[in-house]
Amino acid sequence: MNSSFILGKLTFDALPFYSVIAASGAAVIVLGGLSVVALITWLEAWGTLWRNWLTTTDHKKIGIMYVVLALVMLLRGFVDALMMRAQQAIAMNDPGYLTPDHFQQIFSSHGTIMVFFMGMPFLFGLMNYVVPLQLGARDVAFPLLNAISFWLTAAGAALVMVSLVIGVFSTGGWTGYPPYTELSYSPTVGVDYWIMALLISGVGTTLSGINFVVTIYKLRAPGMKLMHMPLFCWTALCANLLVIFAVPGLTVAGGLLALDRYLGMHFFTNDGGGNVMNYANIFWIFGHPEVYILILPAFGIFSSVIPTFSQKRLFGYTVLVYATMCIAVLSFTVWLHHFFTMGADANVNAFFGVMTMIIAVPTGVKVYDWILTMFRGRLLFDTPMLWSLAFIVTFVIGGMTGVILAIPPLDYVFHNTLFLVAHFHNMLIPGMLFGLFAGYAYWFPKATGFRLDEKWGRRAFFFWVAGFYLAFMPLYVLGFLGMSRRMAYYDQPGWQIYLIVAAFGAFLVLCGIISQIVQLTVSIRDRACTTDFAGDPWNAPTLEWATSSPPPEYNFAVQPEVHSLDAFRAAKEAGCPYPWPERYEPIEMPRNSMTGIALGAVSFVLGFAVVWHIWWLAALGLLGVVGTVIARSFATDTTRIISAEDVAATETRWKTAVLAARGASA
Amino acid sequence: MSDATSRHPGINLSHARREDERHAEVTVFGFWVYLMSDAIIFALLFATYAAMVGRTAGGPSGPELFDIANAFVETMVLLTSSFTFGLAAVSLKEGRVGASQLWLGVTFILGLAFLGLELREFAGLAAQNATPQTSGFLSSFFVLLSTHGLHVLAGCIWIVVMMVQIVIFGLSRQVRSRLMRLSLFWHFLDLIWIVIFTIVYLPAVAS
Ligand code: HEM
Ligand SMILES: [Cu+2]
Repeated sequence: MNSSFILGKLTFDALPFYSVIAASGAAVIVLGGLSVVALITWLEAWGTLWRNWLTTTDHKKIGIMYVVLALVMLLRGFVDALMMRAQQAIAMNDPGYLTPDHFQQIFSSHGTIMVFFMGMPFLFGLMNYVVPLQLGARDVAFPLLNAISFWLTAAGAALVMVSLVIGVFSTGGWTGYPPYTELSYSPTVGVDYWIMALLISGVGTTLSGINFVVTIYKLRAPGMKLMHMPLFCWTALCANLLVIFAVPGLTVAGGLLALDRYLGMHFFTNDGGGNVMNYANIFWIFGHPEVYILILPAFGIFSSVIPTFSQKRLFGYTVLVYATMCIAVLSFTVWLHHFFTMGADANVNAFFGVMTMIIAVPTGVKVYDWILTMFRGRLLFDTPMLWSLAFIVTFVIGGMTGVILAIPPLDYVFHNTLFLVAHFHNMLIPGMLFGLFAGYAYWFPKATGFRLDEKWGRRAFFFWVAGFYLAFMPLYVLGFLGMSRRMAYYDQPGWQIYLIVAAFGAFLVLCGIISQIVQLTVSIRDRACTTDFAGDPWNAPTLEWATSSPPPEYNFAVQPEVHSLDAFRAAKEAGCPYPWPERYEPIEMPRNSMTGIALGAVSFVLGFAVVWHIWWLAALGLLGVVGTVIARSFATDTTRIISAEDVAATETRWKTAVLAARGASA
Repeated sequence: MSDATSRHPGINLSHARREDERHAEVTVFGFWVYLMSDAIIFALLFATYAAMVGRTAGGPSGPELFDIANAFVETMVLLTSSFTFGLAAVSLKEGRVGASQLWLGVTFILGLAFLGLELREFAGLAAQNATPQTSGFLSSFFVLLSTHGLHVLAGCIWIVVMMVQIVIFGLSRQVRSRLMRLSLFWHFLDLIWIVIFTIVYLPAVAS
């Protein structure tokens, strides 16, 4: 492909006028973006947005921005899913409405988005909001780094979105397996978008991982031992340790693939001594732990929600902690099950098959712990609890199909069929997404000061669960019937009915998502009726509820002292949940900084320039990255003092609300 | 903890306030965690190299190409630079600004010298038609070494930045803490190089 100095490979052909579908997708993105910009301008909100959000270093606001990013990307990823389901429902002996190449782009962007730009940001959003509060800490260990991580993730997501408008996306699936993603097979820029998006956001994720591990080790409230931490903090700790040790694998796999593509090296090529198995090993050393990075924190959420809504203590806390650690360690020992069929020695396959099945043991232990927590509890069926119950039932089914796949001979039959697709959605949707939704509903009043609407929450729940079963159970059958994954069309009449049912299920999920949008709107509209500034709406046991909703910038005016598990419940039982002191101290907090958003912006430019081979711009982008970091290191006035009077005023306002709420309930 | 008892070899961070002490501890711990993550990147590159050593695709192999003498000089330069960084740290500990600047400068020059030697080696290989494009083996060799080299380059830039910061801020708390992390980084690179020497160059001589 010829390329010019000024614009590299970028020409008018990059615009999506080759197909109506692609053009309309691009139009939606562009118009959506423009209308958001217009709305903000019309509301004259740029200043507020800049000061309160875009430059913030407050972990709570960063958490909210992560969740917003994740919800936007959930919509995008879901539209992809709907398009695939619609295509497969009609594509029996028929080309359907998507070209094969477009279909491939869609499943690649769907998988990539759901894993990296929906799941990860959602989790990091909840962790950001909740973990420091649960630890009784004032902030994360490195607040500015936290903002940088967020903006790098956002830059990666932006690259994926831009690929829809300028150029194409990868056709290599979410795993980007060479040699298919090598230049000789995929000469367009699609794979480059995929690589750059993952590398940039991967740096952000690694930095977040470091930040949270340090926060959890070093910033716990006075007296809080590791075994006093709420389970969500434990799962966050293990997940972030996995991040630190696994995400470099993604960086290396993606980086080497880029070198093959850009500099003609021979890591994974078919010629020149390259070896695809290198990629498979490196990628899955990352990829399998990644699944647990997504699922473990959700387990932590269920372990917060289930006891609260069973009005009991969590059963088997210690066991759950050890089970979490076992899963984290074991997750590094099973990666080879992703390529049982690639001709490894039978003993090697057997080893990895056994290791895979062993992971089911600590997971099973957890399920029993949750069930025993509910046993003889007084269950309240609020939406967070409903998501948890649906999770337990559905996840067990998914787990059993996983054991089937862990048996190498059976995997020879099922791998690359829709059985596998059914299995991993069966794990990830209840195991991760339902957990995220439970956490969203559970902590929403903490973050905003008012509750989510229950009625629409239930509707969303029922649509999602019904939709899930209808969309994915037929895929198990299709797997038995031998239908491969990633098929744009087929010629087996027997398959079509199942695919139509699956499409119908996906439309029910759509109704669920619409209900969630309505729920959010209705909740904001009716917030006057559900406000709860006092801040403990569920009578919960952990420290995040021991401050106002939303919490003040500094979280706790006085760091709580912790001497047991479930510190806030212990304090409530002792009759003094809120230790209001006589006098308040001034508090030092980090100032806002534009370093985060600036780094995100220059990284985006760098990524975009590299994708299109615009080398002068790439050089500028790189200079921007290095320059921003160096410039920031010369900044001196990076903190700000909140005066004791201001703290006192904030705390008094809260105290009044608490006393009023108690008076009302007494 | 009194100041006298907390003294240990290397850079000591003096803390006027408790929060600063805590901050320094948290920052340094965070940097260790970062180094672990970076070490995984190198581990994966080492593993890749080990898997690719035989995949020369008809091109030249390690024993035909590698010049152990040059690698040995590189090792000496890098080890010396670690030593001079140590001297910089000692001067810093004793508050001798001029001396620490001097030793940082020497370390910087040694870092550049190392990079120069490495580039010369690369150019020599290229002249024998041994480029990263020649074979999977050479791809993994060049990438492993340049990843280390890029780290050294980053370290050199960092040294310059710190020398400027010493001029501007003196030996402030921030500057000390950053120098402490830089020294961890520099010694870490030394360590990685020793593994490179052992895994890449030594077997080439042995065979
Ligand atoms: C909510 C409704 C969802 C629906 C209807 C849906 C549907 C689909 C469909 C139709 C495919 C392509 C199957 C094929 O290969 O033929 C797919 C692939 C995939 N989905 Fe989903 N999905 C949903 C949610 C999710 C979520 C929450 C995740 C989360 C992590 C996810 C991750 C993936 C991945 C990784 C792939 C594989 C992509 C590839 O082949 O490279 N999906 N999904
Ligand atoms: Cu796996």
